[in-house]
Amino acid sequence: MAVTVPRPKLNWRERMYLPAIVAGLAITLKHFKNMLLGRTKVTMQYPEEKWDSSLPDHYRGAPALVRDSDGRVRCVACQLCEFICPPRAIKIIPGEIPSTDRFAKVEKYPEEFDIDMIRCIFCGMCEEVCPEQAIYLRKDYAITGFTRADMVHHKEKLLEIGGVMHGVVLKWNEKK
Amino acid sequence: MFNVQIDGVWHRFPKGTRLIEACEQAGSYVPRYCYHKKLSSPGNCRMCLIEMGMPKMGPERKPELGLDGKPVINWMPRPQISCAQDVSEGMGVRTSSPLVKECQRGVMEFLLINHPLDCPICDQAGECRLQEFSVEYGTSESRFLENKVKKPKNVVLGPRVTLDDERCILCSRCIRFCQEIAKDDVLGFVDRGSYTELTAHPGKRLENNYSLNTVDICPVGALTSTDFRFKMRVWFLKETKSICTSCATGCNTIIGAREDVIYRQTPRENDHVNSCWMCDYGRLNFYYLEAENRLIEPQVRVGNKLAATDWKTAIDRAVLQLTQVGGSEIAIIASGRMTNEELWLTLQLAESLGVKLIDIVPRREPGDHILLSEDRNPNTNGARLILKSTAEPGANLLAIAEAVKSGQIKGLAVLGENPMHLGISIDQLSQLSAFVVMDILSSEATEKATVVLPACGFAEKRGSMINGKGRLQRLNRAVRPPGNARDDWEILRDLLQAVGGGDSLLSIDDVFRRIGETVPQFTGLTFSKIGDLGVHILQMEELPPTHPSDEEKIELAVAIQARRRAVRSRQT
Repeated sequence: MAVTVPRPKLNWRERMYLPAIVAGLAITLKHFKNMLLGRTKVTMQYPEEKWDSSLPDHYRGAPALVRDSDGRVRCVACQLCEFICPPRAIKIIPGEIPSTDRFAKVEKYPEEFDIDMIRCIFCGMCEEVCPEQAIYLRKDYAITGFTRADMVHHKEKLLEIGGVMHGVVLKWNEKK
Repeated sequence: MFNVQIDGVWHRFPKGTRLIEACEQAGSYVPRYCYHKKLSSPGNCRMCLIEMGMPKMGPERKPELGLDGKPVINWMPRPQISCAQDVSEGMGVRTSSPLVKECQRGVMEFLLINHPLDCPICDQAGECRLQEFSVEYGTSESRFLENKVKKPKNVVLGPRVTLDDERCILCSRCIRFCQEIAKDDVLGFVDRGSYTELTAHPGKRLENNYSLNTVDICPVGALTSTDFRFKMRVWFLKETKSICTSCATGCNTIIGAREDVIYRQTPRENDHVNSCWMCDYGRLNFYYLEAENRLIEPQVRVGNKLAATDWKTAIDRAVLQLTQVGGSEIAIIASGRMTNEELWLTLQLAESLGVKLIDIVPRREPGDHILLSEDRNPNTNGARLILKSTAEPGANLLAIAEAVKSGQIKGLAVLGENPMHLGISIDQLSQLSAFVVMDILSSEATEKATVVLPACGFAEKRGSMINGKGRLQRLNRAVRPPGNARDDWEILRDLLQAVGGGDSLLSIDDVFRRIGETVPQFTGLTFSKIGDLGVHILQMEELPPTHPSDEEKIELAVAIQARRRAVRSRQT
């Protein structure tokens, strides 16, 4: 629906535009002064310098699989991330956990879990949709490779990036 | 016809209509778990509770009429189940009153007390009634803090069905299916109260040929198909309406495929053919499409070996070889697994080559009296109608085999069959100067072919077939054929055109229309007119009675085939 934005009514001071020009010049002068005093720094010398330490908590880097404090890969191959992924970067092949395994109750695990980092757009939908708190966007942003195949993160790589996640819900314990 | 008021609107329903069905027809869907329209209603899930009323009777035992001239309804103070009730005159129903909604919420809460929250690993997720109704009629949170009841998980009920008792909501659909449809009463409930669980009778297994239907009708993920379990989430599957080609019944199916891989086949409702069911044998009979020995390239014989080539070369070579042999020295072995269109093109090809010896291979194995037919060819009736031979399909087969053995036949075209099953030896096949094979899987016989034409399986092509009861039904393409394999009808059309003929056959619809010009039963029909449910085109009495001598010949051909198969299975 088209919205008509009313044009603001300007008074005579505003119509002159002079105060606005002066205010703009003041900002420019402030930056000029700061530069002379060496207080502003425009360029970061990447990759010698990195901004990793100052990344915000909500930063969305490479998606990764996590283990919980029990050491279990949290993913149960429900394939919801594969379904939601807008660029279809995720491919999962589910497998069945053998009944002799410690976590046999979970029944299902990802036999293969590939994320094509050429396709990934770092949107974070996979993290949002995951019912198992198994996939998180980590702070890795320098994803490089020499071939297309290099750019596909397999399960091992994803778990390596992901590491262990503490403080998540342990819903597969015996009582539940 | 009875007048029934549903949610304030009067409707008319025939006598004997279930109230739950009447509500659905009136557009007020009543949620249900235990009720299935093809099974009896035990009324044990209580999900279909509604408010019901009967017409208020005056002193003279006649219904009192309101201001609108319709009967005044006396509402019952307690809710009723709509699945075990038939409609009656003047009945009133409320399906979304506050009382009904409260009941539905309560039933949902009870059902979810012990149900595990394992939707991420449950195969039913996406087509689970419990999931759907809990969103529509339930509450978002559970008030229960107690531990859930533990029940057996991953129970092997039979060779094809795995049970998770914790997910079971005790609707008893599977039990009733086994009693009423499969006539194999092996399932039942044991223990009481919260500890009630579904189990097989001690010492028995759920191993009848219809066991996988229990998985279809299970409203939750308790019964799962061992074959499909954990393979693919259902929301990824592209569903194609098709028919099963494993026997002459032609059960209507839905093929679930993703990215050209078939994951499952499920029955599709068609009351004229298969109701809501299909047999396990037909349902799981699709893995051969992905077999190792699938033919994917057209091949021609160069010296002692088969070499891959392009389609044009293969077609030209096949036609050249066949035309070099006279029409009287060629035989065509077609298949009852071919569609009507393919059979018609085969007949045209035979006519333009001047071939007299043409027949299909009969396939008979014991059937049951539920769905599985004795005739394991899906399109015997189509062959009967289209090949227009005076003898029964299969009666000429022994004559063809004899002629090949004696060397009288020098050119043989085999379409989707293995001539070795008819007692023709590998040496006799390699003696042939033209041996054209159109098939989907390689075998010992295809190794000896002079030209190999890779074709499509049932899920990879369109076409029509006539089932054992004379119903014309449609096959639809669910997946693409692998490699360079092509649609059978296109191969036959190209062969026909190379011989000279087959003009203006650009699509399979053209072929179908041309059949209509020669076969009266097809006149006026098109693929879209066949529809999803098929059209009855053959009254079975129309078929000529089988000649006794034909019957003997067919029996013999089937016996030879069976013997060959037995020998082969012993060898492997």
